[in-house]
Amino acid sequence: MVQVKQDVCDFCGTCVSVCPVDAIELLEAVLIIDQEKCIDCMKCVIVCPLRALEGTK
Amino acid sequence: MKEMYDIIVVGAGPAGSTAARVAAENGASVLMLEKDREVGIPVRCAEAVGEIGMNRIVKLRPEWIANRIEGVRIIAPDGTRINVQHDEIGFVLDRKKFDSDLARMAAEKGVELLTKAYVFDLIKEKGFVSGVKFRYLGEELSVRAKIVIGADGVESRVGRWAGLKTHLNLQDIETCVQMTITNIPLEKNYCDFYFGSDVAPGGYLWVFPKNENTANVGLGLSGVEAKDKSPIEYLKKFVEKHFPEGAVLTTVAGGVPCAPLMEKMVGNGIMLVGDAAHQAFPITGGGIYTGMLAAKIAGEVAAEALKSGDWSEEALARYQKLWEKEGGKDHMRAYRLKDPLFKLTDEDLNKTAAAVVKKPKAKHTIVTIFKTALFKQPKLIAVVLKLFLRQ
Ligand SMILES: Cc1cc2nc3c(=O)[nH]c(=O)nc-3n(C[C@H](O)[C@H](O)[C@H](O)COP(=O)(O)OP(=O)(O)OC[C@H]3O[C@@H](n4cnc5c(N)ncnc54)[C@H](O)[C@@H]3O)c2cc1C
Repeated sequence: MVQVKQDVCDFCGTCVSVCPVDAIELLEAVLIIDQEKCIDCMKCVIVCPLRALEGTK
Repeated sequence: MKEMYDIIVVGAGPAGSTAARVAAENGASVLMLEKDREVGIPVRCAEAVGEIGMNRIVKLRPEWIANRIEGVRIIAPDGTRINVQHDEIGFVLDRKKFDSDLARMAAEKGVELLTKAYVFDLIKEKGFVSGVKFRYLGEELSVRAKIVIGADGVESRVGRWAGLKTHLNLQDIETCVQMTITNIPLEKNYCDFYFGSDVAPGGYLWVFPKNENTANVGLGLSGVEAKDKSPIEYLKKFVEKHFPEGAVLTTVAGGVPCAPLMEKMVGNGIMLVGDAAHQAFPITGGGIYTGMLAAKIAGEVAAEALKSGDWSEEALARYQKLWEKEGGKDHMRAYRLKDPLFKLTDEDLNKTAAAVVKKPKAKHTIVTIFKTALFKQPKLIAVVLKLFLRQ
């Protein structure tokens, strides 16, 4: 499962670009991860420039 | 707002505004939708462009230019500086103003524009994309169009919704952070590029001055290098060491696609432009010029398609062909060079820099640096030979 630290996230969308299953939705200042779609690949966690995403397997 | 447009553009960055303007100039009715509250912010960009290319697309106005760049320096891991000799003038833009004015220029050609308009899905009928669904100030709206142009940046989802493969592999994204730092000592007319495993593995760190004491200081790491240490950790370390007196005006994160040419950037009633189509130049990550160039072509092709009554994938594919003809070969060359180049070890980089610095000043060109690097890294020679013999 991947969780967003909303206070660290800068809403830049880098995570969205690598998500293979289109599970991330980016609004102006909200980031939502669809836990149903998420396959725990952790690519978003790795590329986040600010380490705002946290993965727990 | 009407119920139906010729074209809907998603995203009002430089690519979106350019596509929208050019399509409108060629007779199309256009609606452009931007999710953020204001066009032009936040600026997730180091704002550097070359003069020659940009002026082919839009005449650069003085008020868009923050600073003029006359020289480029490359700094090796051991601190050796190469003052690169080159002719082209560059600029550090004021992208807030630039992006805003590009949207204004589109509006002056009749483009309708809304901000705080978040597109969350496409309308699809009979195998064609035929409009968008978006949320606007608490309302859910559907608006139809003959062609949708996805200019929604690195975070693009429009392409995915249309069935195009747009998600990036880890090695094809540069993950970046940047701080705009003031009250620091600078040589105003020089852009500095730092290389090395300590500053930015699989990428580089830039210091691009905006005025005499303020610069965009940022770095990008290849996605595969970001596993153990994130860009922000590298940047904090660099800033503490080099600019301990600096005050941070802005901190932004961002990603740049540094990817191969996209297999398909069009479909029935759909086109992608800019970062959404992975058009940034794979070695530098510069995407303003390439995205606007593609967007200009896309706007023209879209308008022609509307006139001929055919906006099928085959008709719109002309855009992809023209764009690949303009920049495709360079793009793929740069892509294939990216990996071996960014894999040069610190020792290779230091040796290259030391060898170049010994040569006469006039020879401190990108070509010399490159040739010298080749001899330090025989693996590169093979790649380069393959690339250029294939020509
Ligand atoms: C740190 C960093 C430094 C860079 N430095 C340089 C540089 O020095 N020179 C250079 O040439 N390039 C640079 N680039 C790359 C450059 O910023 C991009 O290539 C350029 O901004 C791409 O333009 P675009 O119009 O395609 O996308 P963007 O400028 O990203 O615009 C996309 C727009 O679409 C909107 N949008 C997204 N999704 C939706 C939606 N669902 N609904 C509505 N709107 C949506 C976004 O809010 C955004 O405004 C840099 C990038 C980064 C991250």
